[in-house]
Parts: sequence; structure tokens; C-alpha cells
Amino acid sequence: MNLAALEHFPLSHRWPINLTRRGFLGASLGALVLGVLLPGGTARAQGAVAEAKPGTRVPAFLEIRPDGTVLLKSPFIEGGQGIFTAMAQIVGEELDADPSRFVVECAEPGSDYMVVGGRRLTGGSFSVRSSYTTMRGLGAAARQMLLQAAAGRLGVPVSELTTEPGKVVHAASGRSIEYGELAAEAAALPVPEDVPLKAESDFRWIKKPVARLDVLEKSTGKAVYAIDLTVEGMLQAAVQHAPRFGAEPGAIANEAEVKAMKGVHSIHRLPGAVAVVADRWWQARRAVETLQVEWTEPAAGARFAMPADFSSDGFRATLAAASGPGVAAESEGDSAAAMQGAARVIEATYDAPFLAHGQLEPPSALARWNEDGTLELWLPNQAPEMFQQVAAKAAGIEPEKVILHSPMLGGFFGRHFLYEGASPFPQAIQLAKAVGRPVKVIWSREEEFLRDALRPLSLARFRAGLDAEGLPVALEAEAVGEGPIGRWFGRKPDAADPSVVEGISGKLYAIPNRSIAHVPVESPAIIGFWRSVGHSMNDFFYETFFDEMADAGQQDPYELRLRLLADHPRQKALLEAVGELSGGWKRGPFTAEDGSRRARGVAMASPFGSEVATIAEVSLRQGEVVVHDVWVAIDPGSIVNPAIIEAQVNSAVALGLSSALLEEVVYVDGAPQARNFDGYPILPPDRMPRVHVRIIESGAPMGGIGEPGLPGVPPAVANAVSVLTGQRVRSLPLSKMQFSATDI
Amino acid sequence: MELIINGTTHQVDAEEDTPLLWVIRDDLGMTGTKYGCGLAQCGACTVLVDGQPTRSCVTPVGSVAGLPITTIEAINEDPVGRRVVEAWVEHQVPQCGYCQSGQVMAATALLKENPQPSEEDIAASMVNLCRCGTYNAIAAAVRDVAQG
Ligand code: FES
Ligand code: FES
Repeated sequence: MNLAALEHFPLSHRWPINLTRRGFLGASLGALVLGVLLPGGTARAQGAVAEAKPGTRVPAFLEIRPDGTVLLKSPFIEGGQGIFTAMAQIVGEELDADPSRFVVECAEPGSDYMVVGGRRLTGGSFSVRSSYTTMRGLGAAARQMLLQAAAGRLGVPVSELTTEPGKVVHAASGRSIEYGELAAEAAALPVPEDVPLKAESDFRWIKKPVARLDVLEKSTGKAVYAIDLTVEGMLQAAVQHAPRFGAEPGAIANEAEVKAMKGVHSIHRLPGAVAVVADRWWQARRAVETLQVEWTEPAAGARFAMPADFSSDGFRATLAAASGPGVAAESEGDSAAAMQGAARVIEATYDAPFLAHGQLEPPSALARWNEDGTLELWLPNQAPEMFQQVAAKAAGIEPEKVILHSPMLGGFFGRHFLYEGASPFPQAIQLAKAVGRPVKVIWSREEEFLRDALRPLSLARFRAGLDAEGLPVALEAEAVGEGPIGRWFGRKPDAADPSVVEGISGKLYAIPNRSIAHVPVESPAIIGFWRSVGHSMNDFFYETFFDEMADAGQQDPYELRLRLLADHPRQKALLEAVGELSGGWKRGPFTAEDGSRRARGVAMASPFGSEVATIAEVSLRQGEVVVHDVWVAIDPGSIVNPAIIEAQVNSAVALGLSSALLEEVVYVDGAPQARNFDGYPILPPDRMPRVHVRIIESGAPMGGIGEPGLPGVPPAVANAVSVLTGQRVRSLPLSKMQFSATDI
Repeated sequence: MELIINGTTHQVDAEEDTPLLWVIRDDLGMTGTKYGCGLAQCGACTVLVDGQPTRSCVTPVGSVAGLPITTIEAINEDPVGRRVVEAWVEHQVPQCGYCQSGQVMAATALLKENPQPSEEDIAASMVNLCRCGTYNAIAAAVRDVAQG
């Protein structure tokens, strides 16, 4: 998604809710102190409307403490992508405060934090690129306030003052004052507007591999996730969901027996689930899984009811049978005429399976009804205001009465947006109300596999027309299926869903006649955003078909890409860079030093405002694909932290490879067949390749980092496998394929 | 029954077949040890029982009563554990961090048993899953400790 795609994240969700701009923060907080939640957790100053432009009200974001440490309220949630550190770097740079002295936490809901084009979400690889200037401006404004406070204190004009990290300095008199001493006075000053930002050449921390703020606590078990939280008087709950979405609990055969189990407090019927509340989670889990529940058929017209005969194989066949032309997504030249005049036409159909997120922290939610009528929630989420709205609706109270905490995420990859039935918080709200005590609901891994919102199963049909020279002159593609943007934010009937076509549309190769369409077919499964969204499969479809075109035209796929990118210097340079990084392009097959036969594949991707070129080297061992090395050249335009980028590319390579090699959610008779990692293997350590990263700053507008490293991996691997085996890879994962020779 | 965790003896009142993981987390309130799968698949719940890396999610608490158990909370009390943590920081290993308690415990168990593991030893012992794909950083950090 490009930043422009933000328009597809409207302020309202397909739940019947409206996001108000109303926040928790009182309008008159007078100190550089946030303290929205008083100790004990009750809220103060509810319901006041913050008028300031998002991302400008310094006191909503920063608290400089007497010891000089800086508390920063981040609009974004940390889930491994390094955003808390990046925010500290960006704000610290302009504030002139060492990022290592920052304590960063996720801000509560509030209009101040709507810094992603007037919205707030952690996703779409939007965080840094959407807020970079805003957050720098915030740091600069705070520094200016500190300078003014110091000027008052020292009785000198501001113009005579400078800063060094953490203090204001008056060089003429040799005096200096620590920020911590000035914070209270500074906070009383009005927030200045349009304070000039630093020149890039003066950067002290931005663009440097600043150490992550959370590494020590995460290496010693001290990081706290939602699943770890406890509040006084809390009970714990486990659930058993209806095997099929839309079914409801009917008779329970052994309720009395289960009620008598040790630790059990109570048994509850919930929408689409039963729950047991107990003193301890294990007691609750054992009890709830002992319950013998009769599930009713989904009522007629129940939303997203899962059909009893639904299977992923059947759905793939449905997509294959859905004919075009569909809704146009991109149209250039006259592809029909060019196809007619082509020397050769090739075509191929590709598909990719449903995928689970598999973030390692299972979902949980903790709910507490406070005496003042507020509802306090701790839950994993990527969009606090949206969750606040939906939670309020579930609770039957005003959004202002919902106090939402967003703890650190044990991985997310798109898992923690709002998807119907995919989060435990409505259950926690209802159970806490029913038992009159705080309740924490944890979903077992098995329940998570049952209710995850899946990466959609998708299919794409391609046709290409080649001229006599073997160069592509026409390309037609139909992407068949449904995307998460259309599902959760709506799609106009005459518009393609960007999350369905991205990566097939928007390609830069000089193919003069193109027509790309979306053929809509609704998915009975609950679908969601999965790291790199449409790109996660579409770049595999397109870039693997590209090699088919190259082979049909007897062109080397790397050289053909270079040739078709001749007018795009940024992408061409990137492709050359990854070639060089890998020691010079060679496709193979060739024999490696260890005697194994190997081959390489290449792929380009333009995801989330960044450009990426990827090369992978593979061999086969006993019929199984081994990926030895992956080289990634990434150009995000400009950067904040090269070490975090390298880590994110490693992470994206791992997930992309996991999806290419192993992952597939299989539905049979309306139910997912795998309910844990034994049936849904994910990339283990011994299948992780070496990853080589080159970062290029072309100076183009800043792009994303969290997702862009992923989409190039499946096609680079698939292309290499095709060279090695002579078999086309048109369907993932590779573990489904039989390779004729065991070791080639 | 009596549980000896990080050198402290705790009296716990839990069914013998309750997984050690949930006794550590819920009865004793030590949440550094994580629940990922509950099925011995991921290793997020790794603790040391008598020095052996053990998946506490499938270990009945009754089977380890009276044995010395070490959790991530005591990692800095062990000289090898401390070096592992230092290497984890040096290599900036964690991303989301959720698997890392288990990874650090697995690495510590390996390096205590075998201070100079080969690449094969590392591959054979460091088998916990990481959905964030920190595997290369983990291997580099373990190698660093091994090389002293
Ligand atoms: S939680 Fe024990 S191995 Fe996954
Ligand atoms: S760091 Fe996230 S699962 Fe390993």
C-alpha cells in the first residue's frame, strides 16, 4: 500500500460505528505530565475534546522527568518492528535528548495521536513515514519550550542559548541547565508553531544504528505482554468456540459435572462460544474443553456464517471458475489488440493459500468494570481508537467510558486489527460484567487457529503476448478473490480492492499494453491483513510469471528485468545492487563448493512505498527445497535506523520464506484442519537462510520497512526452484510439490 | 507439593498434572516464561529442570516436585546466563521478544553443558521457534558466547 492507500482506511469501520475525534485527554493539562490514568486506573477528565492538530500538543506526548529521562507516548504500538526506538530517535534528534534515555509506551486513545493522515493505526508499514515530520516537529517544539524556560531562568535572550543532549547551554557564561530541571516551567509555556527542523547533516541519531530500547527487558523475561497482566481480584477464562463461525451453543451435556471441577467459578454461554471462568487459566481451559456442547446451525442470514461444506480446495476451484473481466484496476494501451498481434501468447494461473498469522503470543484480553462506570481494557491491538469504539458498543457504554491500554505485542503481522469474531475482548467484557470481577480471557493456541483472520486464499490468471524478439508487449491479469480492505472497510462496486491487486497492478516494467482487473469473489472465511497484505501473494504471482515470460522469449530473467526497467533508474539501480551484493547475477544451475546443484532466482517488488530487489539461492535435499542465501537490496527512500531495517528484512525474509515453503491453512467441512503448530508448521531455525542486506537511500519519499522485505522472497525462491527442477511453481507452499529427482 | 524454583522453595497447591508452565505463571506470578502453543512445539515455555532445557507446557508439575528449576527470572544469577543475555543485547536479538525467554534458556542450557558447541551442536539444540525470524541473530549470539 502506498501512503495514498490510506484513503482506503476510512475513519469508519464496517462495524456500525463512527470514530469520533473525542479523546481522553483533558484540554487543560498544565504540566509536561500526561498521567491520564490515575493510580488505581480510574480515568480523569473524560470526554474533553482536544482541539489541537494531531501530533502538535507537546504535553500529550512528552514528559521530561526530573532525572532527565523522557517518557514518550507513542502513537504506534511496539510489536517487534522497533517503532518505539525509532520514535525515540526521531523525537530525540530534534529535542536533543539521547534516545537511550527515553521510556516509550503506547499512547491511550485520543485525537492527539491521529498522526497517520488524521487516522491512527500501526500497520501498512506507515508508522515512520507517515509521522516522521510530525514527530520531528514535536521534538523541535519541546526543545524550543525548554530554551524559552531556560532563557527566563537565566535572564538571557533565547538567541544566546543552545542545547547539548539533555541540557540547555549558555556558552557565554558557561552555565547550563538540565532538561529535567526545566520541564515544569517549559510545560507551562504555549507550544510554539513551525519551529525549524535540523539539517540532515547535523543528525546525531537519525540514520544511525541506535540500540533498541527494549532488548534487555526482552532478553531477561521482563517485557510485559497483554497475556501476562494481572489485576487485583481477577479471574481467568478460557473458551471453546463453535467449530464453525455463526453456530451458537445449544445444550451442554455435562454442565454440572464441569461446574464441580476444581477452581471453576462459572460457566457461560457467549456469542459463538462457551466460556469457563476459574481461579486459574489452566483450570478454566481444562474445564471448558471438557464441556460437551451441542452447536446449533448458524441462523439464516447470520453474518459470515461458515458453510458446513466449505473447503479450501473447493474455494480454490470456485476462484478458478470465476470468469472475468471483473473490475479494472489498471489499463494501459490496448492489450487485446497487442495480444492479437503477438508472435506468441503464454498464459498461466497461480494461487496461494489461506495463511494464519501465527504470532507467538496467543490473543488475550483483560476487562475490569470500575466503580465509576468506566470499563478498563488491556488488549493487543493495532488501532486503539477503533477498538475503543467497538468495545464501547459491546459494553453498551459511551466510548469515553472505555479506558483502553495497549500493551506490547508478542508479534502481530496484521493479526491485531479489528476482525469480526477474531478478538477475545468482547468475551472479556461480557464475562467481567457477568461475574462482577475483572476477567482475563486467554485463547489457547487451538482456539487461535480456529478464529484467526486469515490471509485470503487467492488466485490470479495471467496472459502475456511476446513479440518476435521475445519481449513482452502485452500483459493481462485477473486477480480473483476478496481482500481485507474490501471486507472490513468496504469496496465500491466499480472499484478494484487495492489489497487484491497490489503487486500485480503498479508494476514498472515497460510492457506497453496492460490490463489488470479484480474479479470479486467473496470468501466465506474471516480474512485479514497479513504482513505485506496483497503483495504477499501477488508479487509471487507476477514475478514468477515474469520468469515464465522471460523463458518463453528466451531471455535471461535478470537481464530482461533490467531492460524493462531502463526508464526507471531507481529500480534499475536497485536490481544492479542486489546483483552485485550476490557476487554477480548467475542463474544456474551450477555446482556449489559442497557439490550440491544450486540455482538462483530474482524478483522485484514495490511494496509500501519502498523498492526491493531480492535474489535467492536454492538446492534440493531429499526432495526438499533448501534456501541457502537471500540477498535483499532495499530502497526506502530515506531511513531512520539501519540496524532495525536489517533486522526487519531478516524477519520479513523468514516469514516470506515460511509462507513459500511450508504454510497453508486447509479447510475441510467448514473447519481448519490444523489447530496448532504441529499441523501448521512455520519456519524452524534450521531452514533459515543467510540474509544479506543492502540499504540504499535514493532520496525518494520515505517508504515503509516492516513489510517490504517479504514479497520478493517467495518469487525469488520459486524462480530458483524452477531453474533447478524444470518444474514451474504456480501454487504455494512448495512443500506440496513433488520434485522428481531427490537431489539434483 | 514443593517446587524449588530459582533456589527458593515454594509450597504450591495444584493438581499434579497441571503443566509446570501454568503453576509458574499463575500460581507463582512469574510471567517471564511464556505460553506459545501448549504442545511442545515452540519452546517459548522453556525452563531448566536439573539443568536440562524443558518445555514446561507439557511437564506435569508433579513430575518435577523437589527438582531444581530455573526460570528466566534468575538468568542473571548464572554466569553463563549472564553472558548469554549480554550476547543477546550485543546482537540485538529480540524483535517482539515473546520467544526470547525460551531462546535464552535454551542457549544457556546448551552453553552450560557444552561451553564450545560446534555449528551442529548449536543447530541441534537451538530448535525453538521464532515467528519474527531472529534465527540468524540467535545463532550469532550463541557463537559469540561459545567463542568467549
Ligand atoms: S508453549 Fe511450550 S513448547 Fe510452545
Ligand atoms: S522475537 Fe518474536 S517470536 Fe521470536
